[in-house]
Amino acid sequence: MGMPYSEKVIEYFKNPKNVGKIEDADGKAKEGSPACGDMVQVYIKVDKETQTITDIKFESYGCASNIATGSIITEMAKGKTIEEAKQITWQDAADELGGLPPVKAHCSVLAIDGLRAAIQNYEEKHGLLKDQKPTTVEIVEDRLKRVMNPMTGLDVIKTDLIHDISVEDGVVTIYVDLDEDHQFANAIKEDIKEKIEPLWDVQRVEVHFGE
Amino acid sequence: MQGKRVYMDNAASTRMDEKVLEAMEPYLFEKYSVATSEFGHSMGIEAKEGLEEARKSIAKRLGAAPGEMIFTSGSAESSNLAIKGVMEANKGHLIVSDIEDFAVLHTARTLEKAGYEVSYLPVDEEGFVDPDELVDTIRDDTVLVSIQHANQEIGTIQDISALAGICDEAEVLFHTDATHTFTRVPLDVEKIPVDLVTLSAHTIHGPKGIGALYVREGTPLKKQMEGGFQEFDMRGGLENIPGAVGFSKAVELVAEDENRRLKELRDMIIDRVQEEIPDTTLNGSREQRLPQNANITFHYVEGESITLHLDMRGIAVSTGSACFSRSLEASHVIMGIGGDHERAHGSVRFSLGRFNTEEEVNYVVDNIKEVVKRLREISPLGKE
Ligand SMILES: Cc1ncc(COP(=O)(O)O)c(C=O)c1O
Repeated sequence: MGMPYSEKVIEYFKNPKNVGKIEDADGKAKEGSPACGDMVQVYIKVDKETQTITDIKFESYGCASNIATGSIITEMAKGKTIEEAKQITWQDAADELGGLPPVKAHCSVLAIDGLRAAIQNYEEKHGLLKDQKPTTVEIVEDRLKRVMNPMTGLDVIKTDLIHDISVEDGVVTIYVDLDEDHQFANAIKEDIKEKIEPLWDVQRVEVHFGE
Repeated sequence: MQGKRVYMDNAASTRMDEKVLEAMEPYLFEKYSVATSEFGHSMGIEAKEGLEEARKSIAKRLGAAPGEMIFTSGSAESSNLAIKGVMEANKGHLIVSDIEDFAVLHTARTLEKAGYEVSYLPVDEEGFVDPDELVDTIRDDTVLVSIQHANQEIGTIQDISALAGICDEAEVLFHTDATHTFTRVPLDVEKIPVDLVTLSAHTIHGPKGIGALYVREGTPLKKQMEGGFQEFDMRGGLENIPGAVGFSKAVELVAEDENRRLKELRDMIIDRVQEEIPDTTLNGSREQRLPQNANITFHYVEGESITLHLDMRGIAVSTGSACFSRSLEASHVIMGIGGDHERAHGSVRFSLGRFNTEEEVNYVVDNIKEVVKRLREISPLGKE
């Protein structure tokens, strides 16, 4: 068994591109937290005429896949319109990097979330966002597509790990088809909370386990 | 520095000493027979003698009688045998600390699932179990207390004499996992009333796949590995005689001045890091610390990134970061000493062995200084 990372991941890890802050950023966002072991901060400058990303920088606290993904998405997004940049997926970034280990999906998907959130932040600040919709089961489900199942590297929705979802008075309850003692239970729970809690009208997220 | 390799992950396992191999060789190519009783064939008697000599010399280092030493496949098996063996022979309540190795912790959880009651003792911010808390946790039906001699990650050495004394007074059996202390930190079972001790060879430049469990005479224990009547009918299966002989040689090779030298190297790491790198935290106790262990959190950076950069420079160390671990969980030890996730994720363990040199220590510190600086430059943390 060799190194789990591709040469390109290692290259970007060693020499990340577009690192740093943009002091007068038009949009910026932070995803993850030191508690999860991974965090990225993304800054963008946008040309208001063309809605094109003219500059983008990132900072990363995380493992190699986090740093490499942060770096590659800044390169991929630069010069794209915000609509185009929103379409960049984890898979695109992974392909560009010559593959990422599935168990590290969580760490690397954060960079994609960071980019999307920075764009959203720009849209909010510039009145480009449509009215905020109340959170529904469908919205929760959509967000859960960004929570990885570390056993497969695919998301928890695709792998049928979510048994039930309810949304009531700002409380989102999610039932996960996994034993509470499972080695990944805690990681998945943290990840779910991290993705659902930021929804504007959600006060609390409860994650229940059980097969 | 192309091609340079520095191994500082000796707590995980060590390079075997050539002298150990030399001692083992005759038992692989000449005296390879099964051990027999004195009524068996000559080759069997010869093999048996090798086994018993090894047992005697390892026992002596611990202040034990040879008949109290059971060879096993290593620490994990020793702790399984100690804990399951005692609990199944007695039934009742078990106490373990929160920061034990998984060999103890997962055994305790398995017993809990099987219906045994288990209490988990918290530790303070340096990793110490509070003796008063142990007194309060012991119940009328407590059968066994298992507290490690020193911690595998943060190197904190427990006050084993106080803890064992409490158990002795309460007439409760006491087991300690001495995987990282045997021959490095004194432990004499004649002076300290421990009933069971887990020992390992591969952490002291001995062979992998051999360990031992000290069992004080008269301690009730239920056999876990069925097979023949080997090891005083406490562990079935053909004896690993080359392993036992190698283990014994490894024990013999650890001298006091080596431990003093390791302590000096350890202090060089700690002192240089604390002087030259800002925002670090030493994990574990400064004073009651394994001579071969330094564990330091480098704030604002993540451990897997540090270890990967170091690996590319030929340096092997380990981290308590979740990304490094197979379970994707942050170190339960750093969390156990009240550290937050960030402290666990940024922790690096340097564990020393016989073959590390002062030059290597300096090489490692020089490199970690550089790596941490670079990673901090790209980190969003610690800049306000
Ligand atoms: C304190 C402690 N006990 C037990 C073990 C298990 O040892 P082994 O896997 O060699 O049996 C380890 C391994 O790292 C350990 O650190």
